[in-house]
Amino acid sequence: MAKSIDVSDLNIYYGDFLAVEDVTIPIAAKSVTAFIGPSGCGKSTFLRSLNRMHEVIRGARVEGKVLIDGQDLYGADMDPVNVRRMIGMVFQRPNPFPTMSIYDNVLAGQKLNSKRMKKSESDDIVERSLRSAGLWAEVKDRLDRPGSGLSGGQQQRLCIARAISVEPEILLMDEPCSALDPISTSVIEDLIHELKSQYTIVIVTHNMQQAARVSDETAFFNLSGVGKPGRLIEVGRTETIFSNPTDPATEAYIQGRFG
Amino acid sequence: MTSTLAPRRKRGTVVRAGDRIFSGLSTSAGILILLVLAGVAAFLTIEGVPGILANPDEVKSGQSFWPYVWPLVYGTLIAATVALIIATPVAVGVALFISHYSPRKLGQILGYLVDLLAAVPSVVYGLWGIQFLAPNMVPVYTWLEDNLGFVPFFAGPASATGRTIMTACIVLAVMILPIMTAICREIFLQTPRLHEEAALALGATRWEMARLAIFPYARSGIVSAAMLGLGRALGETLAVAMVLSVTAGTVTANLISSTNPSTIAANIALSFGEASGKTVNVLIASGLVLFVITFLVNFAARSVVDRRKEFSGAN
Repeated sequence: MAKSIDVSDLNIYYGDFLAVEDVTIPIAAKSVTAFIGPSGCGKSTFLRSLNRMHEVIRGARVEGKVLIDGQDLYGADMDPVNVRRMIGMVFQRPNPFPTMSIYDNVLAGQKLNSKRMKKSESDDIVERSLRSAGLWAEVKDRLDRPGSGLSGGQQQRLCIARAISVEPEILLMDEPCSALDPISTSVIEDLIHELKSQYTIVIVTHNMQQAARVSDETAFFNLSGVGKPGRLIEVGRTETIFSNPTDPATEAYIQGRFG
Repeated sequence: MTSTLAPRRKRGTVVRAGDRIFSGLSTSAGILILLVLAGVAAFLTIEGVPGILANPDEVKSGQSFWPYVWPLVYGTLIAATVALIIATPVAVGVALFISHYSPRKLGQILGYLVDLLAAVPSVVYGLWGIQFLAPNMVPVYTWLEDNLGFVPFFAGPASATGRTIMTACIVLAVMILPIMTAICREIFLQTPRLHEEAALALGATRWEMARLAIFPYARSGIVSAAMLGLGRALGETLAVAMVLSVTAGTVTANLISSTNPSTIAANIALSFGEASGKTVNVLIASGLVLFVITFLVNFAARSVVDRRKEFSGAN
């Protein structure tokens, strides 16, 4: 089910502004890859280009290639809507649909595929997704309550359940724990470990310990200067990046020394 | 010392003059609106009750109050309802186009044009309705009668002048469109980006994003917009009075014939000039009925909005 991602020579533009320059990175199936780097270095933009969410902003475009198991993500026959159904995303702030119950939130993606489902079938999907997201035990008695009534950490796991209910190939996470307390964070990190067996996961994080804890590979992004595009400085096994990085900028960033 | 002078004031709080003036101003503004409302209600009741109680031979229509006012209530409700049914989808559609579909420049121009519609005086809408819309609607009504005559609304015989309640409804719909569009547009623009992105990231198309994220968030706003529109449609006087060809006392589901019920507001405007004695009280009483209807409609709308409060985007 999980697919690999192969990015080569990717430039991302907003209008005439080059936001991310020349990224080449292979991402293996069923692995966790963490993107780290200072704010504004383009890691979120790059993450969003992997399911074409950056196109929400007017004038956004890319040059280069993104291959998902060999299939060109930006090919002429690829509809961004289908891309996003294949590649799920979890955002920085939990964003369950406030007007929907927990149950309907989990099924939101399924309903878009406009399949008519039997009640038993949708019950199964809801339970399976919530169990995978580690939320089932906490909400099974109040599935009809609004999702916005949950705590922040629960809401974020609800969003993860919503993303995986459609069984995507790849799961993108944009700083999923930055709005959460340490306990909720650790629950979500455990969850990432479990989800790795089924999904290819890419996570953006500002928390270096988190990158070290959850990821197999780490990619370090940096800006060469103010107003300059963000670049991928180096990518490698997480242990290597954290213990023995090649680039001095990576070492400086990881050790908390900047500039 | 402070505690003896002002025992209820919390320790350590200082009341500043500016705060006191501002709170006084806003409180009196709030009380003023209540007074105005109470004044209008009192006037309508005091002047209206004699009209409600008047003998049939004391008034011009020769009818007692309830049989007299019922066709007017019916006409008012049906005109406002049909106008709302026509205007709501259009307003929501236009607002959605302006806020989420059109290029920003075009959206601004369109928004401006819609606002301009609100600035057209209702007498001009009346002229447009009677001179342009009514004659041009005649073929449509004939067609409706021939093809959809089995529906009570289009039973016919179709009016030859086009001055039907349906024409009045269309004019009303155009009149309430600007305010409804403007409110819907503002609400749609406030949809949190987070929710929109949540929908898009699930693989929603633009329309599905509207259904998943924008409409649920904007639900109460759309209801408010509809209520404001309905309020205006219920009370609109001149355009209806000009367009509609009235047969007194009609109560019919037929929207396209030449016998039409009048509305309360139009009836007051048309009859007031030559009314005297108890007839004036009857007209004022019909105004009281309109006042009550508007109140009830607003309460109903509020309860609709409140019922699913915890599911609203507010929390």
